[in-house]
Amino acid sequence: MTKRTLFDKIWDAHVVTAVPNGPTQLYIDRHYCHEVTSPQAFDGLRKRGLKVFRPEKTTLSPDHNIPTLLQDQPIKDLISKHQVDTLTRNANEFGLTMYGLGHSKNGIIHVIGPENGLTLPGMTIVCGDSHTSTHGAFGSIAFGIGTSEVEMVLASQCILQPRPKTMRITFNGKLKSGVTAKDLALYMISQLTTGGATGYFVEYAGEAIRALSMEERMTVCNLSIEMGARGGMIAPDETTFAYMKGREFVPKEEAWDKALAYWKTLPTDEGAMFDREITFDASAIEPMITYGTNPGMGISIHSSIPKLEEIDPAGRISFEKAMTYMGFTPGEKIEGKSIDYVFLGSCTNGRIEDFRAFTSFVKGKKKAEHVIAWLVPGSWAVEKQIRAEGLDKILEEAGFALRQPGCSACLAMNDDKVPAGKYAVSTSNRNFEGRQGPGARTLLAGPLVAAAAAITGKITDPRQ
Amino acid sequence: MEKFQTLTSTCVPLPIENVDTDQIIPARFLKATTREGFGNNLFADWRYDKSGQPINNFVLNNPTYSGQVLVAGKNFGSGSSREHAAWALAGYGFKVVVSSFFADIFKGNALNNGVLPVVVSDVFLLELFAAIQVDPTTTITVNLEQQTICNNASGVVETFEINPYKKECLLHGLDDIDYLLSKKEAIEAWEKVH
Repeated sequence: MTKRTLFDKIWDAHVVTAVPNGPTQLYIDRHYCHEVTSPQAFDGLRKRGLKVFRPEKTTLSPDHNIPTLLQDQPIKDLISKHQVDTLTRNANEFGLTMYGLGHSKNGIIHVIGPENGLTLPGMTIVCGDSHTSTHGAFGSIAFGIGTSEVEMVLASQCILQPRPKTMRITFNGKLKSGVTAKDLALYMISQLTTGGATGYFVEYAGEAIRALSMEERMTVCNLSIEMGARGGMIAPDETTFAYMKGREFVPKEEAWDKALAYWKTLPTDEGAMFDREITFDASAIEPMITYGTNPGMGISIHSSIPKLEEIDPAGRISFEKAMTYMGFTPGEKIEGKSIDYVFLGSCTNGRIEDFRAFTSFVKGKKKAEHVIAWLVPGSWAVEKQIRAEGLDKILEEAGFALRQPGCSACLAMNDDKVPAGKYAVSTSNRNFEGRQGPGARTLLAGPLVAAAAAITGKITDPRQ
Repeated sequence: MEKFQTLTSTCVPLPIENVDTDQIIPARFLKATTREGFGNNLFADWRYDKSGQPINNFVLNNPTYSGQVLVAGKNFGSGSSREHAAWALAGYGFKVVVSSFFADIFKGNALNNGVLPVVVSDVFLLELFAAIQVDPTTTITVNLEQQTICNNASGVVETFEINPYKKECLLHGLDDIDYLLSKKEAIEAWEKVH
């Protein structure tokens, strides 16, 4: 029998038709929707007089526009309010499940899907959001789509996609203590560049990946898009099954046994071929931070920013533009630089383990006075768990306050904007110009580096 | 969708690499619930200062350059999946984006909105940037049927790749959704056995 990869097995099982000389018509098992990328798709359905073909397979949650304070009051920004209200109206009109503001299941769509058991191994999952790759942590094919494609999924539960190439990235060895999944991902993107995996669907493998928890695996898969990959995935194993068991929408009893037997057939066959294979030594990875304006511009925290002559000539205009924007000088050290803001949250690092890691570092210490810290849980379930474990008390004693769940300062569509020229150490996923507010200067890092920066007010190695 | 067959036009050069969709259309402009009006905010933070005044040295504000073709550095359209980026380019009046490399999701979104991403070699791109610098009235000609792009300053022609299905869609102005809606029986048959 042909040896097949995890990706091949799931893709092949979802092919409805193949367009001659064209893309594949792929069946979609789970469709997530938020308020920003869906209104025009629902409008498209109305114009064509269509219903949602399989309403039970779509789940909605507003997350991008929502405030992280006073969520019980009407949203003050009227344009944001209109977009969130439009999602509610569309959910009602088309008969879809929505976890709206104030609902105990509300949160960032990529956080609430897995925590409610809506994301399962072997599924095809899409959302009008590039960080849909998060769900690949469960051994599913999950990828971001545009609004025209959201309309296609709503209308037909299918999408037309050219089959991507496959890449396996293997991390041998173990991560050092104090090095997080975020550091692993930022290291990988710095090596492969922001377009290095474009055209590929990536499977992460190796000892260091197997040792990651589900939360950490979600962080790694989440960042797949930041190196251009169509998506990232990790084969389901006992860690996956233990995380899922008992969650609300996960199959129960006999259905669980049957599903489990299927999920165990999914991992890549020994000897299956990938279009490209890359190997890294996980034990060589240090805490990472970005210095530039794309996620590929990352270095270990003790390193210096590259010099101009180290940059490929074609990329020098962009590099110099990034240096000007960030207010950095090529060749200088990044450690010890003063920072103004810290953001813990987003679909990358807004889960319970991220709050545990951050809290473990700041426990018994005091936040630097000049630092403004936004601690934003990824969902109400995460917020509840933070309180149940008493982390909120420890954070409070250290001078931090929790905010309410949402995408928040990751893309600053709400009021959580970093002012122009200010430096923010952010656990989110993008350091693009203006991403956290016009003129904001973002330094991407993991929750431990963020915690250390919040305490010292400077870029600091959390292990020191 | 509008049909696309051939286009001859002057070019707007943007020799920056890794132009992400947050630059093409910043997140704060994504709050609209229709597809219209995004062209006004195309490259908003590079185009306008804090008070909303045009920034003179940005290419879209430079009357020397105009046309329906944007020529950009490699890895254009990376980052967010926002289709608003394609709507903003189309809304501004661009019909073609030329680069040596495009991000996947952007490429799909552009094609779904009648904006043709044309992948050229690094050499072709560099020569085109140079030609436009020397003479801003330099034109290119894109022929979708033939899958060719010509730098009319030098006469150099390259062929470009495009999925045959997407090519047919563009040539005839067809949407993917029309195809999918015609496949209801196949979808229901698939569901029965899964």
